[in-house]
Amino acid sequence: MTEIKEKTKPVSPKAKVEEDLYGGEKPLPKKIADYIILVAGIALLVISLVMDGMGSESVVRGPMLIAGILVTIAGIYLFPSPKYHRAMIYVIFLFPLLFAFIITVIIPLVLGIGYSFTDWDGIRVRNFVGFDNYARMMKRPEFIWSIIVTALFVIFNVILVNLFGFLLALLCTTKIKAIGFFRASYFLPNLIGGIVLGYVWKFIFNQVLTKMLNTVTLLNASNTALMAIVIVYIWQYAGYIMLIYITGLTGVPQDCIEAAAIDGANSWQTLTKIKVPMIAPTVTICTFLTLTSSFKQFDVNLALTNGTGSVANFMGSYLTNGTEMLALNIYNTAISENNYALSQAKAVLFFILLAVISIIQVRTSNKKEVSL
Amino acid sequence: MNRTPKKSILAVETIIAIVIAIYVLFPFYMVVVNSSKTTTGIINDPVGIVGGSFKQFAQNISDVINNTHFLFWRAFASSLIITVVSVLLLNLFGAMAAWVISRNQSKKWAAVIYFAYIASMIIPFQVVMLPLIATYRDVGKFVGLQLIQSIPGMIFAYLGFGGSMTVFILTGFIKGVPYDLEESASIDGCSPEGTFFRIIFPLLTPVISTVTILNGMWIWNDYLLPSMMLGLAGKDKTIPVAVQSFVGSYVTQWNLVMTAALLAIIPMIIVFLFCQKQIVQGMIDGAVKG
Repeated sequence: MTEIKEKTKPVSPKAKVEEDLYGGEKPLPKKIADYIILVAGIALLVISLVMDGMGSESVVRGPMLIAGILVTIAGIYLFPSPKYHRAMIYVIFLFPLLFAFIITVIIPLVLGIGYSFTDWDGIRVRNFVGFDNYARMMKRPEFIWSIIVTALFVIFNVILVNLFGFLLALLCTTKIKAIGFFRASYFLPNLIGGIVLGYVWKFIFNQVLTKMLNTVTLLNASNTALMAIVIVYIWQYAGYIMLIYITGLTGVPQDCIEAAAIDGANSWQTLTKIKVPMIAPTVTICTFLTLTSSFKQFDVNLALTNGTGSVANFMGSYLTNGTEMLALNIYNTAISENNYALSQAKAVLFFILLAVISIIQVRTSNKKEVSL
Repeated sequence: MNRTPKKSILAVETIIAIVIAIYVLFPFYMVVVNSSKTTTGIINDPVGIVGGSFKQFAQNISDVINNTHFLFWRAFASSLIITVVSVLLLNLFGAMAAWVISRNQSKKWAAVIYFAYIASMIIPFQVVMLPLIATYRDVGKFVGLQLIQSIPGMIFAYLGFGGSMTVFILTGFIKGVPYDLEESASIDGCSPEGTFFRIIFPLLTPVISTVTILNGMWIWNDYLLPSMMLGLAGKDKTIPVAVQSFVGSYVTQWNLVMTAALLAIIPMIIVFLFCQKQIVQGMIDGAVKG
């Protein structure tokens, strides 16, 4: 800053710097070279795109396109214009991630919502059918069953995972020895992917527990199989929720607890009257974490039961997808039934439900922050 | 917490903690024990250590590693390449994008891009899954690059899906980095890109490690995206896809299934043993900030 003050010219600092940096001294040949790079890059891009557009099958067009993009970016970077240099850097910096994001998320999202109103079969669209897919899916008992099962699963999970996570957190904030070991082992299941631990638990339910307890496996009947999925989910997730509750509990100011102790509060009163209200924001975070993640549950469901299970009479029909949750139902509609448009309509409904949950989450956590 | 606990209470708490630990670790014990048995050994006694032998363990391992559905080393290499390259690129490109967004907060275009990233965090994979495959197939055909059933295609997809969370966390952090730092660098004659790479990027180390852990764990364990993109019967598989494809064909041979599970679990456990503190902190930060 002091350096600037010494200069007498009334030039704003930024403009001054840019003048110093890129000002007229640049040798002309380099400028021309920069233009050539940019032009060459654009030329490569255009040629490869034209080749693509004309339906050429030449193998060089792919690499050429990438080379074209890279050379164009280099050309933009080297473009000898001090005035726009910063803007160009911004463009270059935003480009890679935004490009991947548009191709991977935005375009498929728009297409997906569009496809749900057509008879898309995964390859082409023949007719526009309006809300036909939505009407059809609401009439299918197995889809309604999936919604109900998912709702039940979510409710059980949110309550039980939070309860166990909180109890584990209380246990892990006591003065027992080797606390680090216990915390680490409770968290351990969270590291492993749902597919792998789904099969491990399938083995335990089908081979180990049946032998040890001399009963039929839990995975046989739909209602006990759902219970089994809840057990596995708690086993996997409670350790993670525990970590967040530990952070919340250790953040409760020590003087509040001391003050309560001086006023003669016992440990139960300290817990319910001091600690729980103080960690209300943490409870909100954990509730919504478990809510969204169990709503999207797929891997364990696939590995443990693959959605099978019989339901004798639901809406007047016999169902074989007793443990199939929404995410798996959407997947199976497309992959097993080969019914892409219907699957897409279900997915759009799934998206809307999740969006509603998320909006409620943002609202409630904002309110909590205000009231604190 | 500052109370001086009675010995009896402490003993009860310790016992409860041990019982829960046994319950939580029991499935891991099952995996280790049963991967050293024969199929009949498991049927006779699935819990004890007796039926297993080291020779059988070596036999199972070599059976699974060389199985045509599993091909452990190949799957491991694919998973490793996809995870490491995706995480590195997400860190670099994510930091670049987050810096641009946080330094142009007042501008409309930056706000729109930021909002698009935030809003996309609620999009479930299921809603884009089918059109994604169709888009990748068409784009790949059009430009002459294989995007589905290819590892570069997978990495590109993770750049798209991981971008929102990465940009969200990094933007939140960069907003807290004082702008004076950049101004003084710029006064000293540093170009904008130089300012970013020399001043800002090194400051991001703590938050980069959070993002690395969150993205790394998610990508390593992800099943649905690679199973759709690579296919259960494709030539390249990630480890979760290989496990699914293997178990699908050997579901009655539980000793081999357990061996496959063991091989799939070990890399993560090793990483956890070395970076336990960072992983735990990263998971907490991700939850609280996300």
